[in-house]
Amino acid sequence: MKEISDVELIAPGHRACAGCACVLSLRHALKALGKNVIISQATGCMEVTTTPYPETAWRVPWIHVAFENAAAVASGVSRALKILGKTHIKSVAIAGDGGTADIGLQALSGAMERWEDMLYICYDNEAYMNTGIQRSGATPFGAWTTTTPVGKTKRGEDRPKKDIPAIMIAHGTPYVATASVAYPLDFVKKVKKAAAIRGPTYVHVHAPCVPGWRIDSSKSIEVARLAVLTGAWILYEHEGGKTTVTFKPAKRRPVAEYLKLQGRFRHLTEEEIKEIQKMVDEQCRRLGIE
Amino acid sequence: MKQIMDGNEAVALAAKLARVKVISAYPITPQTTVVEKLADYVSNGELDAEFMKVESEHSAMSACIGAAATGVRAFTATSSQGLMLMSEMLYVAAGLRLPIVMTNANRSISAPLSIWCDQQDSMTVRDSGWIQLYCENNQEILDTTIQAFRISEELLLPVMVCYDGYILSHTLEPVDCPDQADVDAFLPRYNYPYALDPEKPVSIGAVGVPEYYMEFRYLLQKAVQESKAKIVEIDREFKRRYGRGYGILEKYQSDDAEVVILTMGSLSCSCKDIVDSLRQRGEKVGLVKLKSFRPFPTEEIIEALGRAKAVAVVEKDISLGYAGGLFIDTAAAFVNTGKAPLMINFICGLAGRDVTSAHLKQAIRETQKAAETGKVEKKIRWLGLQEKLVEE
Amino acid sequence: MKLKPGAVITEPGSSERYETGGWRTFRPHIDDSKCTGCGICWLFCPEAAITKDKPPKVDLRYCKGCGICANECPVKAIIMMEEGRK
Repeated sequence: MKEISDVELIAPGHRACAGCACVLSLRHALKALGKNVIISQATGCMEVTTTPYPETAWRVPWIHVAFENAAAVASGVSRALKILGKTHIKSVAIAGDGGTADIGLQALSGAMERWEDMLYICYDNEAYMNTGIQRSGATPFGAWTTTTPVGKTKRGEDRPKKDIPAIMIAHGTPYVATASVAYPLDFVKKVKKAAAIRGPTYVHVHAPCVPGWRIDSSKSIEVARLAVLTGAWILYEHEGGKTTVTFKPAKRRPVAEYLKLQGRFRHLTEEEIKEIQKMVDEQCRRLGIE
Repeated sequence: MKQIMDGNEAVALAAKLARVKVISAYPITPQTTVVEKLADYVSNGELDAEFMKVESEHSAMSACIGAAATGVRAFTATSSQGLMLMSEMLYVAAGLRLPIVMTNANRSISAPLSIWCDQQDSMTVRDSGWIQLYCENNQEILDTTIQAFRISEELLLPVMVCYDGYILSHTLEPVDCPDQADVDAFLPRYNYPYALDPEKPVSIGAVGVPEYYMEFRYLLQKAVQESKAKIVEIDREFKRRYGRGYGILEKYQSDDAEVVILTMGSLSCSCKDIVDSLRQRGEKVGLVKLKSFRPFPTEEIIEALGRAKAVAVVEKDISLGYAGGLFIDTAAAFVNTGKAPLMINFICGLAGRDVTSAHLKQAIRETQKAAETGKVEKKIRWLGLQEKLVEE
Repeated sequence: MKLKPGAVITEPGSSERYETGGWRTFRPHIDDSKCTGCGICWLFCPEAAITKDKPPKVDLRYCKGCGICANECPVKAIIMMEEGRK
């Protein structure tokens, strides 16, 4: 707990939902980063809830431009900082899974390929939540969303979750990490590490959405924790060409324990849960988790 | 010192002289050699700047926005499809009131695909809040681009300098180039008053809630409209220093003309030739070359065209479903004034189709006929169209 | 209020003017005797509306009553009580 700063760089009064784990994850991120940052943020929940004119929750310099270009804006910021000799200030891009996995992927890929000196943080609530819970490339298999509804011919999302951290690793990005809002010490450590590296770095934090996942507002951290304890979400970091799991659950719990707490998975049959368990088992096996 | 260069080289040189610090541009015909030249300047140390190899025009403008907001002079260049892809960002840059300069090599718009010159691309984004200045020749390109940095930074408005693709971008002309010391004296250091800085944290790009959005739009409209005075002032200073000035528009033998051509860009040059030859025969013909399309200089246009009997608006673009953009905007200027001359819109030169002196003479003849009869039979005419191919 | 060009907001953290406490239907009630001062409630509050003290103090101007603090408290020192109840 001592490793986590007391300074609050996001002011209260923002319009995030009660129990929002995404805004909590950004609160943690800013505790790791400190005040010497310039945030370039994509359109999304965390942008609209924090900056309704004339109010802003941000106590650090912040710019929002559009949905798909957080990485491109942060690239421009980074170059400007270099020119101005302000090497103590970090350019940080923040976007949701929507602004990262789908519409934002091109700009992110370009920034990583160019080796921009910037940190990209993706807060992943697994759908386009800001516009009312439509699926994104990061929506997991089986999840209900408004564009992958459950009906006669379809049973929720029919494609698995797009693995963005793997795509970042494939770009040769020197530091790529996954994190969870339920493991803030791990997250803060990773953000600090990523921010200290000169070059492109990427941290992907899993953060539940209360209305979007159909969970009780008090449970958002518990649900995030269960994702990790069941292996549905794995915490690792990749650097120097090696991937290391930073948290291995002592005894991995059945994924049903994670799914059953969420209304977006309520429709799943035992068969479908078994299918998801297989997918989780496979991703765990690949990363050396029993 | 006079050098031979094409329009793209003039652009690159202007950006270099202006000491731009961030160049984020994506290659597209016919702008490509701008990007290549700037890459050369940076790579051989002639220009101390960050050259960003962005992966699309949308990211090119996004990076310019990030850099300009952080406090450095940013520049990009594009054309046609690139401008279209970037268009979302154009509106954002203007809405955020960021000083950014961009040059646009005017090129036709897909579909069908075309790399050749016309003005559809910049015409179609005239609503974006960018100042739009058009150039007749490579000298004007160099001069206008340098001026553009001053204009954009003093007004906190982005500026687009437009010039004809291929016709200017790839054509060699003699250009008188100011030296670095001259330009340094003319262009002060970049200063964006709300630069992103942890010592003074600001939030840029807030949600424009309904309670305030309209007021911000009003203020932006006011800023673009009133930019006219600053454009004129800066041009005057430029003229004092370098002996070359362009104003908001140029009147070429139009004051006593019965028939006036109104056009923008390199066509002005061809039209001046035609006007000269017809004047030699005693015909009262003139030209108004419009340089500043946005802000649209209503008063100056009314003054320049109001005494004519008929005006030929000759342009290389079409607002599909209606008429050419220059014609539409000029016609609107005369509403309620009771001074509107007869006007005919001549659409020509699309996708680089040659606009010959025969075409221009034809346009003038038709306009003269309208002036005589007091009637316009067909308001919108296409010059150089292969009628046989489009017959029903 | 002066509108700045481009809708720039020059007052950091001005969202403080908006008191989200009005959203609440439940409020946290802390049992001082059980609290160990671990700080977990402070760590997991999305509004930063609860302090690290032992026992913590809740900033009722901003607490949205989400119940995370109560759910996460390792010693169950916090319960959520309906607003208006004593």
